[in-house]
Amino acid sequence: MSADDVAILGVGMHPWGKWGRDFTEYGMVAARAALDDAGLAWTDIEHVAGAETIRNGYPGFVSGSTFAQKLGWTGVTVSSSYAACASGAQALQAARANILAGFCDVALVIGADTTPKGFFAPVGGERRDDPDWLRFHLLGATNPVYFALAARRRMDLWGATAEDFAMVKVKNARHGLGNPNARYRKEVGIEEVVSSPIVSDPLRLLDICATSDGAAALVVTSADFARKHLGSLDGVARVRAVSTATPTYPQTFLELPDFATDSHAVVSPPALGFKASVVHRAYEEAGVGPDDIDLAEVYDLSTAMELDWYEHLGLCEVGGAEELLRSGATTIGGRVPVNASGGLASFGEAIPAQAIAQVCELTWQVRGQATGRQVEGARVGVTANQGLFGHGSSVVVGI
Amino acid sequence: MSDLSGDTTASAGAAQPAIDGWFTLGGPDLGDGPRLIGSKCAGCGTYAFPPRSGACPNPSCVSDTLEPVELSATGTLWSFAENHYAPPAPYVAAEPFEPYALAAVELEREGMVVLGQAAKGVRVADLRVGMPMKLAIDVLFTGDDGVDRLIWVWEPVEEEGTDVG
Ligand SMILES: [Zn+2]
Repeated sequence: MSADDVAILGVGMHPWGKWGRDFTEYGMVAARAALDDAGLAWTDIEHVAGAETIRNGYPGFVSGSTFAQKLGWTGVTVSSSYAACASGAQALQAARANILAGFCDVALVIGADTTPKGFFAPVGGERRDDPDWLRFHLLGATNPVYFALAARRRMDLWGATAEDFAMVKVKNARHGLGNPNARYRKEVGIEEVVSSPIVSDPLRLLDICATSDGAAALVVTSADFARKHLGSLDGVARVRAVSTATPTYPQTFLELPDFATDSHAVVSPPALGFKASVVHRAYEEAGVGPDDIDLAEVYDLSTAMELDWYEHLGLCEVGGAEELLRSGATTIGGRVPVNASGGLASFGEAIPAQAIAQVCELTWQVRGQATGRQVEGARVGVTANQGLFGHGSSVVVGI
Repeated sequence: MSDLSGDTTASAGAAQPAIDGWFTLGGPDLGDGPRLIGSKCAGCGTYAFPPRSGACPNPSCVSDTLEPVELSATGTLWSFAENHYAPPAPYVAAEPFEPYALAAVELEREGMVVLGQAAKGVRVADLRVGMPMKLAIDVLFTGDDGVDRLIWVWEPVEEEGTDVG
């Protein structure tokens, strides 16, 4: 473990579902589970890094202090991060930066959400200067529309089929069967996916992830603290990289929630597109490449999006994702299993918790504790995730 | 911007754009046809849509002068989708809801992709990535005040070249 690594001493979750309770209740369950896992008490925590939720009022915006108060004020310092779907990774980065800067030794990273039913809609009120409001009002461009645009390109450019997309769902549903934190634990057949109702053509209901309630938490510490606490760093999972790169101008792939891409009329596009650049920066920081990765947890907001990630992660050439999927390489038992947890297909999306949940899963995997879904010999894993407004994240976890 | 009163028929006399300043309506008295209005940087020449003022989006450019510019009215289809459920508010959905397509069109000169709805009646079966598309205007919804709100849409270019805008 290098001095720049941060140890993951504890991980914990509240199961994903549609429980309809206050988000702080889920967060408490996840936090206590992570503290138990670390063998630490709440009073040992020196910093709380909260991932924000924007649909749960003021307490959601100040999530760091919300959870500090919920657990009982101790004078702990707090931070709250909002980066859409990447909020959890930004919270982890805030905790990690505090630790590596020497401001603290032990931090709690936490994200929890209670979500509405159906499509995510913009925050209420008439806001004609807010592009997120306007894309709904002027175009009806829901999130699934953007997923569908990307999926259609896979079909028309690379020959992807509805059955390929369905195969992603079938795989992830099978992966999630034994995951006690997953919301959906039921096998799904290809026929069931391709006959489910079309939501945004070419994507169907079972191609698109649901919205869920849930919570995830991490206890992260300096290497010194972990060594003193455990006596040794053997078998301790660690954060080897966190990337929260934003796009480089011009961003030429149409992304949520934009009306248009940037222009490449006078500035050439960067060599790597946005999502690939997020992963690349994490690889660089960790000093690894796609060949070193034993497993990946990626943001499968849609089945087709998981295929895009194979390419951004460098697991195959651009246009080669369908072939990689069909080969079984990304299924548990294959060369590089993707979404061994069951992914968003089995969880649904609990926005501020999701990027943290990805790190929980990698931690359980590299420790060999992912009962029922263990990737044999997993030592290095990578996460990938993307949110609105140029947010994205990639975390490398190793042991 | 164009005088909007000149390009509407008597029956739709009060129709107005669903958003100001993002597109022109065109029409027989107003030149070629409808155009999207973007911004062009006076310094480096890069484009942006929707139109905006202030700083150029190009990180290597310090210009603060973005000028309104009419964007190309034709391009190639980058991708498309079709909504089968009514989007939530603030979208004003027709009742009963009819599925409709959206199209993202790549403009060659501007080097950018612009999203819009597809013209009414254009469905995914009519579309394929790479096909030529052109801009048109359609009714987005009719307000509680009975006034039609107009929006830009994309439609396939007729092969015969007999478009009537
Ligand atoms: Zn400029």
